[in-house]
Amino acid sequence: MSVEDLNPREREGVIHPEVRARDDESERAQDGTRLQHAEAASKPIRAPQVREPQPRGAKIRGNRPIDQAEAAERFLAAPLHQAAHDERLWDLRKKRDTSAHGIPEWEELRELASQIKTHTLSHLDQYLEQFEAAAKANGVHVHWAKDGADHNRIVLEILKSHGAKTLVKSKSMLTEECGFRHHMDANGIEVIETDLGERIQQLDNEEPSHVVAPAVHKTRMDVAEVFAKTLGTDPDNDDAHYLAESQRETTRPYILQADAGMTGCNFAIAETGSVVTCTNEGNADLSGNVPPLQIHSIGIEKIIPKVEHLGVFIRLLSRSALGSPITQYTSHFRAPRKGTEMHMVLVDNGRSERLGLEEFWTSLKCIRCGACMNTCPVYRRSGGLSYGATYSGPIGLIIDPTFNKRKYSTLPFSSTMNGSCTNVCPVKINIHEQIFAWRKVLVEEHQIPALKQGMMKAAGAVLSRPAAYRAAIGAADSALKVLPRFAVYNPLNTWGKKREMPEAPRQTFHAWYKQNRMKDTGR
Amino acid sequence: MSARDAILAEIRRNRPSGDFPLPELPLFAPLVGDDLVAEFGERLKRMGGRVAEPQAGDIFAGVRERLDGAKVIASAVPELTGNRDLRSIRYPQEVEDVDVAVVRAVFGIAETGSVLFTEDQLIVNAVAYLAQHLVVLLDPADILPNVQAAYRRREFGHSAYAVLHTGPSATADIEGVLIHGAQGVRSLTVVMQPKTA
Repeated sequence: MSVEDLNPREREGVIHPEVRARDDESERAQDGTRLQHAEAASKPIRAPQVREPQPRGAKIRGNRPIDQAEAAERFLAAPLHQAAHDERLWDLRKKRDTSAHGIPEWEELRELASQIKTHTLSHLDQYLEQFEAAAKANGVHVHWAKDGADHNRIVLEILKSHGAKTLVKSKSMLTEECGFRHHMDANGIEVIETDLGERIQQLDNEEPSHVVAPAVHKTRMDVAEVFAKTLGTDPDNDDAHYLAESQRETTRPYILQADAGMTGCNFAIAETGSVVTCTNEGNADLSGNVPPLQIHSIGIEKIIPKVEHLGVFIRLLSRSALGSPITQYTSHFRAPRKGTEMHMVLVDNGRSERLGLEEFWTSLKCIRCGACMNTCPVYRRSGGLSYGATYSGPIGLIIDPTFNKRKYSTLPFSSTMNGSCTNVCPVKINIHEQIFAWRKVLVEEHQIPALKQGMMKAAGAVLSRPAAYRAAIGAADSALKVLPRFAVYNPLNTWGKKREMPEAPRQTFHAWYKQNRMKDTGR
Repeated sequence: MSARDAILAEIRRNRPSGDFPLPELPLFAPLVGDDLVAEFGERLKRMGGRVAEPQAGDIFAGVRERLDGAKVIASAVPELTGNRDLRSIRYPQEVEDVDVAVVRAVFGIAETGSVLFTEDQLIVNAVAYLAQHLVVLLDPADILPNVQAAYRRREFGHSAYAVLHTGPSATADIEGVLIHGAQGVRSLTVVMQPKTA
């Protein structure tokens, strides 16, 4: 019996009926059936035609701790944005499930991906040297950058030595990490983002809110407003095709005239010295193949040993991210085109240090698919910008504090600890366990405000000891009741808002397991 | 100390303890049936691509309308003579006005409906993106069952540039509405046609 038979609502899977659009503008296949590849929604989702100002992200105040809860509250106070966001990301999550369930070896692939990554990370020095040697043999200029500032300085030097003034680039979380655009801007280099979502964010002077769908928090009306102001489009025309076409037409001249092109990197292959990028728009291929100078920025954790390993990762990446079997373009850049120069910048920016954090180094396995964000109830209800950091959602909670423990000290508390992130992670990072471990670290190091510390003590004393935790659940019949009501529905706990906590099953899974399974094995 | 040496030293200092061997990759059974041509076509269509049947006497019958409506055709295949010679192009920007580019794929992948090109097939890499439409010739004998088989091919280690195209350029960055022709080609049509010897 299928899930749909058990739960007829699953067929529609609508969380917010108000954002179901009646008409549908998505592309059709040759046979006329509706298409849903790339990051397309599986059904039309549209914020109602009522103008609601876009909620903005967390307030950044220097090094002071980000108040994610405050920004989340403002996101929740914009119900149309919140509903469309929630619906769209949950749709991506369900597309991911369908896609994953279509592959019998899915769990084996996840395990292989995890093992390949942990192996590579524990031999990273050797693989980086192998990569560098291969790239040099291919005629590529290889650079090493200790941090973001180093990366920006190196790229600026490359550009200056070529007299380059304009650069087109494809989306890269690494360059976001480095504050690349701002630095180039201050140095008279014009940088143009070529991915539609990233371009929207650049024109709106906002950071990307999601690692694969940078403008997912915006409605089409928000985009129409941004484009009207910056590209001169008709402010009353919020047709998605019109808006996308306007961006294509206004970006193309930049691509043709750019002095340099830049891409990020999804995978770097040690044996061949290649950089692999995965895009749906083909904009990495334009950035890499049109301008006379090409630069690829690579986070050092992106290394995998061999080409054959792509046979694991490429099968996992797009399915996990979008539920699509592969991105429209999977591009392998190995050597420069005739008469042009190719540079690769290997960037550390805290990664080698993270490798030494016993509880947290496996976060370096991340392939930036965003599946943990799409499944996270906190993320879907608060938006990526509420985290006030380059990386948002569950993966952000465990990466951001490595960049700045004080500024991102409160982020690990923006989690329900439901473990869904861990379950969908294609490289099996134990995300929710690391979130909990970060809470302990941050409390011990006194990075946490007094009020949250009080909550932590109540929950932490129980949650940190499995036996006590199980006893408490058994006694109260509900894990949720372990926490005092003020902790669950506390204003600081934004994820408790707008939803009553579900009634817990009468028998916990652990008790059931002990009763039914353990006796079979005689334990 | 150079940044390179500093990074490598830090990595060595922080090497995670434990033994993490590199796993052997098992050969996974293909998820597709034996009719690779049909499987390929079906999956390509789901990814927004098109399949055009050649007819006796006209390989390009299925895309004839598109070719007839094009002002500038860049052909990288001997089966068709275009009016923009890719071999005489000096700068990629020169192909920006191409309406239809015609290229041959090295191979196809049935699992995903993808086709592979390298710089040898494209001649000017940028034409596969700057052109408005892409027509691809694929030999039915060159279809591999799955992605894993593709990554055992030598092209990835020997070409300066190797790219898998799966349907046309696409975006759904605005409210999930799927749009073809984001920054690259607006359509990709595969014509099954054996290679000429």
